[in-house]
Amino acid sequence: MSISWRRRVVRWFSHPGSQAWTLLGPGMSWLIVFFLVPILIMLAYSFMPRGIYGGVDSGVTLEHYARFIDPLYLDVLQRTFLWSLACTVICLVLGYPVAYLIAGSGRWRHLLLLLVVLPFWTSFLVRTFALIFLLRDTGLINDWLLRLGLTHEPLIILYTPAAVMVGLVYGFLPLMILPVYASLEKLDASLLEAAEVLGARPSASFWRVTLPLSMPGVIAGSLLVFIPALGSFLTSDLLGGAKQMMIGNLVQNQFAAARNWPFGSAASFIVMVLVLVAVLIYLRIRGRGPAGTLP
Amino acid sequence: MNRRAPRWLLAVSGVVYAFLHLPLLILIVFSFNDSKFSVKWEGFTFRWYKRLLERPEILYGLKLSLLVGLTATLIATLLGTLLALALARHRFTGRRAIEAFLYLPIVTPEIVMGISLLILFVLLRLPLGFATITIAHVAFCISFVVLVVLARLQGMDQQLEEAAMTLGADEMATFWRITLPQLWPGIFAGALLAFTMSFDDFVITSFVSGSGSSTLPIVVYGMVRKTVEPSINAISTIILLVTALLIYLADRMVRRDAKGGSRGCDEAA
Amino acid sequence: MSTAVSHQPVVQFIGVSKSFGDIRAVSDVSFEVNPGEFFSVLGPSGCGKTTTLRLLAGLEQPDEGSGEIRLLGQIVNQTRPYERPLSMVFQNYALFPHLSVARDLLLNLKQRKTPRAEIDRRVGRALETVRLDPALFGRRMPGQLSGGQRQRVALARALVLEPAILLLDEPLGAIDLKLRKEMQLELKALNKQLRTTFVYVTHDQEEALTMSDRIAVMENGQLAQLGTPAEIYENPRTEFVATFIGESNFFQGHATKDSRGEWSAHGPGLSFRVPDTPRLENGSQVRVAVRPEWMDICRPDQVPPAENAVIGTIDDLIYLGETIHVVVTVPQVGKVKVAVRNEGQLLKPLVWKRGETVAVVWRPEECQVLEAG
Repeated sequence: MSISWRRRVVRWFSHPGSQAWTLLGPGMSWLIVFFLVPILIMLAYSFMPRGIYGGVDSGVTLEHYARFIDPLYLDVLQRTFLWSLACTVICLVLGYPVAYLIAGSGRWRHLLLLLVVLPFWTSFLVRTFALIFLLRDTGLINDWLLRLGLTHEPLIILYTPAAVMVGLVYGFLPLMILPVYASLEKLDASLLEAAEVLGARPSASFWRVTLPLSMPGVIAGSLLVFIPALGSFLTSDLLGGAKQMMIGNLVQNQFAAARNWPFGSAASFIVMVLVLVAVLIYLRIRGRGPAGTLP
Repeated sequence: MNRRAPRWLLAVSGVVYAFLHLPLLILIVFSFNDSKFSVKWEGFTFRWYKRLLERPEILYGLKLSLLVGLTATLIATLLGTLLALALARHRFTGRRAIEAFLYLPIVTPEIVMGISLLILFVLLRLPLGFATITIAHVAFCISFVVLVVLARLQGMDQQLEEAAMTLGADEMATFWRITLPQLWPGIFAGALLAFTMSFDDFVITSFVSGSGSSTLPIVVYGMVRKTVEPSINAISTIILLVTALLIYLADRMVRRDAKGGSRGCDEAA
Repeated sequence: MSTAVSHQPVVQFIGVSKSFGDIRAVSDVSFEVNPGEFFSVLGPSGCGKTTTLRLLAGLEQPDEGSGEIRLLGQIVNQTRPYERPLSMVFQNYALFPHLSVARDLLLNLKQRKTPRAEIDRRVGRALETVRLDPALFGRRMPGQLSGGQRQRVALARALVLEPAILLLDEPLGAIDLKLRKEMQLELKALNKQLRTTFVYVTHDQEEALTMSDRIAVMENGQLAQLGTPAEIYENPRTEFVATFIGESNFFQGHATKDSRGEWSAHGPGLSFRVPDTPRLENGSQVRVAVRPEWMDICRPDQVPPAENAVIGTIDDLIYLGETIHVVVTVPQVGKVKVAVRNEGQLLKPLVWKRGETVAVVWRPEECQVLEAG
């Protein structure tokens, strides 16, 4: 009796089509309802006029997107873009040497990687607070500068663009190191030996062999830093204060204080589009990887 | 690439590692500082940790974070594992598209996810609280679970499952006795990852939690904004250690496969 | 099963095709395997032999509307691997890393609720068949075994169920040469002892010749030739079979039939007699394969009567131990390899030297007329 029940379940289950959709159903449904649909609604909102209480009224309008031509908001866009770019460059300059070191470190490799990854997976909030603790007027850095007599009054580090930049780099540096390391690790040592035998000096070897071959990793790392930097919110919120606004802060502002949900949705959608464009560029450059898995 | 590293490389790397870790270490150290305001070291104490126990909002936040974390982890791990199984073992139309779609939550800025869910919940007139927080957490955790479990599945030797079938085990038996025992570390690592993400989340949670329910990160955010006392350091240290432990465990789980395992039969002795 | 059915083929592959996207891995292949036979499927990588085995096992399905697969007389196209009366030994052994040897073996028996005593007996017997001491090896994990031991466990596992058909996918690939030769003989003995039908896939032609009752040679998804080792080796039907198995020299020319009804072929600068086969037509192109060991070397003026001869110069002498390969360059033909028995170079050295002009001779009936294409 139980054998035939089991048989029937297995039969139905093992039919390739039905099994696949049973497995996909729950997860996909959840994501469609609680991820895709909300974003689509948000998109719709961005085209609707603002309602009295900050929600939406019926109708279609482009006014919210039009507002971005205003220098005030254009400024925010520009700042977001430039800071993300700057952050990426700094992360590259700082991260490449570290990746290089790890790739050549032999048995220390896993430990060094773990040390890079560990801070990254801990709470972003806590890490940002750690920076506040160091950078604020009454923070550790100022305290030491005063005590060492290097300054006479506290330096204003917090709530400056520099602080935000430090925060961004601090947050995303590991994302640069890992992909660059991955591509350096794949580098065939015999290529470098060949270069040496052919008379290349170490610096030439690096610029002409190592760096070009590690380009895929550099590009991957750059985009992995650039993309979240674009959408970042906490860093500029806690380290930048009201004056250093990135798009993320603008969005939050519209949903909290300013109560202009449609405008906030528009801003949010613009961020989303910027991120998607960057992702598409990344996928294009990488070529068609195996089954689209991210590094 | 095993060459002795030039000194400047070691120096730069040293600086970078210090940059990554010093702020956190300082944070931890000063959580034991016996001084309310100054950053001058005035002695070792546990009093800030004791203070945490006195603050009901911290305990409540911790409880809520744990509850949400466990619930969201369970659901996300289950759904994510099923998705990974579908992707790894089946061919179906739209597979590429679905795979791409699954990675969207990872690249989507938290702000976007946060407000879009807020819009949805308000539209549906759902009261913001435990349920909405959990729903949101599941939504962003699923993709991470898929990532980890899929990687594990793809690293598994499919011939083991085929062998089981030629030996008479049907799909169900093969799954329970062969696939699952091998997959288990990956699922567990995915769960640990999901819990960590959920426990640490601030941005999305702040939008969908409403005024009544504050998870631990929200409480900490409030403290960072308002107070200066070292009890923030204390709670931060606790969060750091918990997360570090979980990540370390997850790493061990994933590594266990590489050594013990699924590819064990490929090397001839 | 009654003896009446025991002569029915145990495996029937009838017009089966299998494609992966645009690639036809198996193209309209048909063959039958007799009960208790050691049947090999031989071919280079990519020829479709592993796919054929997997089709038999049920791990792949034939293309829609193409052919039938029958096991023990029943159509099995739709049945799952675990419902088929067979077991399989995989190339990489596929031992379950989380199970000990004994558990691995009894995995399936437990599922079928076989009584405990019977399980122990079967496991013990299976391990003894592959010459592994159950007491010693029962508890070991795959990671603790050597390559050869793992292979035996994989074999034991497949035999525990006492299947009617055993499929083997290049099981000896990862084993070193000496052990491999031992295992080849063991497998062959096992086949005879158990009277289980073996279907064995390999790319090693020597292996196939050693162990098989019959061999199916595959090329590019198609069956090139099916026959006993002797038939395959001595009468290759196509150029592919002639070169894949052993070595061959090739000659071609236009066929003509003389007044006595005997065939010969004429090419640029050479002519030779050809055995009468149905394929020959007056004036058609004919290609023959002659194996090096069917040829001999002699002085151009000492060609035995009634034998074919081509003249050339010795290019190289290759010492192979048992034989010596004499490579002769024949104008208009190319390099011809002749295998001469080595009767001891130290005591009775070969008289031929490099650069000498010699005749390569062979008897007309000792060549193979190949199929066109």
